[in-house]
Amino acid sequence: MSQTTAAPPDAPAPTGIPRAGRLPRWAPYACFAAGAGAAVLLGLLTSLNPATFVIYTVVLGTIALYVASRRVEGSRRAIDRLVTCLVVSAFGIAMVPLISLVIEVLSQGLERLDGEFFSSSLVGVVGEGGGAYHALMGTLIVTGLTTLISVPIGLMTAIYLVEYGTGRLKRSITFMVDVMTGIPSIVAGLFAYALFASFLGPGIRLGIVGAVALSVLMIPVVVRSAEEVLKLVPNELREASYALGVPKWRTIVKVVIPTAIAGLGTGITLAIARVVGETAPLLVTVGITNATNFDPFDGRMATLPVYAYYQLTQPGVPPQFAIDRAWTAALLLIILVMGLNLVARLISRFFAPKTGR
Amino acid sequence: MAKRIDVSDLNIYYGNFRAVEGVTVSIEPRSVTALIGPSGCGKSTFLRSLNRMHEVLPGARVEGKVVMDGQDLYGADVDPVDVRRQIGMVFQRPNPFPTMSIYDNVAAGLRLNNKKMKKSELDDLVERSLRGANLWNEVKDRLDRPGSGLSGGQQQRLCIARAIAVEPDVLLMDEPCSALDPISTLAIEDLMTELKDKYTIVIVTHNMQQAARVSEQTGFFNLNGVGQPGRLIEFNPTEKIFSNPDERATEDYISGRFG
Repeated sequence: MSQTTAAPPDAPAPTGIPRAGRLPRWAPYACFAAGAGAAVLLGLLTSLNPATFVIYTVVLGTIALYVASRRVEGSRRAIDRLVTCLVVSAFGIAMVPLISLVIEVLSQGLERLDGEFFSSSLVGVVGEGGGAYHALMGTLIVTGLTTLISVPIGLMTAIYLVEYGTGRLKRSITFMVDVMTGIPSIVAGLFAYALFASFLGPGIRLGIVGAVALSVLMIPVVVRSAEEVLKLVPNELREASYALGVPKWRTIVKVVIPTAIAGLGTGITLAIARVVGETAPLLVTVGITNATNFDPFDGRMATLPVYAYYQLTQPGVPPQFAIDRAWTAALLLIILVMGLNLVARLISRFFAPKTGR
Repeated sequence: MAKRIDVSDLNIYYGNFRAVEGVTVSIEPRSVTALIGPSGCGKSTFLRSLNRMHEVLPGARVEGKVVMDGQDLYGADVDPVDVRRQIGMVFQRPNPFPTMSIYDNVAAGLRLNNKKMKKSELDDLVERSLRGANLWNEVKDRLDRPGSGLSGGQQQRLCIARAIAVEPDVLLMDEPCSALDPISTLAIEDLMTELKDKYTIVIVTHNMQQAARVSEQTGFFNLNGVGQPGRLIEFNPTEKIFSNPDERATEDYISGRFG
């Protein structure tokens, strides 16, 4: 606002717009530095740890900035600055658990993230050493089977809802999917267990049972995300295809799905990430074992979340080695989920329709 | 290959609402027929009912007869998909398939219908269609680029090329120039004049000068009031409509003294 006028700075603007003062750009930093100084002074009176120091600094700096802005810039800008401070603080508070969680898991889990952890199971391991190879394989197999079951059912349901469904049937399916989204995961696990137990006898523990339980959780997520994405495909493209004499099913397969493929891939990947860390249903359906089992139709399997659970709750003597393995399994799970999120982003980038400009 | 279309006593519904009432008209082959009228009077609805695109909307249905060269398009044994293969359509907003290249867009009508064709024949067809739509010279060096990268006027001509690539008998155009600038509009009007040697063309337009420039026959649609069905008020040779119409309403609409 400085280069516009040749008039003296205290003269009213020619247009009649009242001129307000402005704080210099460094004012916020100065206020928070002053807040930090005051916090140190407060710390001389009381005890000061890093957390209270940060809280004092933020509160005092915000007050200082508000007061200074109110005196120089008027109440509207002062409130703007106050709300800016509040929003940034809220963001900071929201980040605290995430960052501290990542730091904690990294610091506890990195130690055992070694070759042995990926190459050996827990067969014959007492105390030190051992790994989670069997649990990693189990997680990959069970999650893969879950995906194999859920994606076709979920996608076809979404296609039915968007392209074919009308009236009461469509409404009731949508309602059922909503209800399924809210099913507690342990209930899904008990359902799958009860289903298979009625055929194969009580006490049954199989990889496929876990996959069915996880499918109950994953299908509604896939349906919901696929439905949203398919709705986004412009109706004009369907009409363009119909007008060329293309039947409806071919229009869906060759026009609608390719147009939406990026969103579908992203949704499916995020749905996988949603179920890969489920513990409760696997606890009752798949169980745990120390040996590597590749066959989901025969015998118990280990999976990473259940592995971490048992390492923590039944660590053996001395407990520290098992607890370390639990942390590393947790770290591995986080890496898996983050990797899946990364894959989802790559899918949406590479498969998105190109504009060609 | 151009065919004539005889419509008799056609009523078009959206659910229980009758949108168009009692249209009887004959559309001549190898000519351009323009449909004009105020917004909401059912021109586009009527146009969409000619290739059975109307019924893809939920609840939409049609009563009456549409006969193309002796065959009733709404007969019980007629598959709407076959009707649309013979009666192509160009929409108001250009809608090339965003996942396909320019080449694939033109070939879409064949590819999507799984017609097997030799590569060289397909190349010929794509070139012929793009030349037919006056687009070949502008895109011949970038056939593998996405169709959505073209300008609006080029996209609309791409859509025309796509429509004529399946070699229909009739071409329906629903306000094809309403989203275009005057130069692109001129290109498409020139194109219509060329295409009418081979096709029967029906065009809906809000631009009366355009109807006067390109068409041989003109139909005027109107409705009595909101919630009333639209009707075909007058159907005559274009010169007569624009110089000495039979109906008072037509004259009022054309001279701008409407309502």
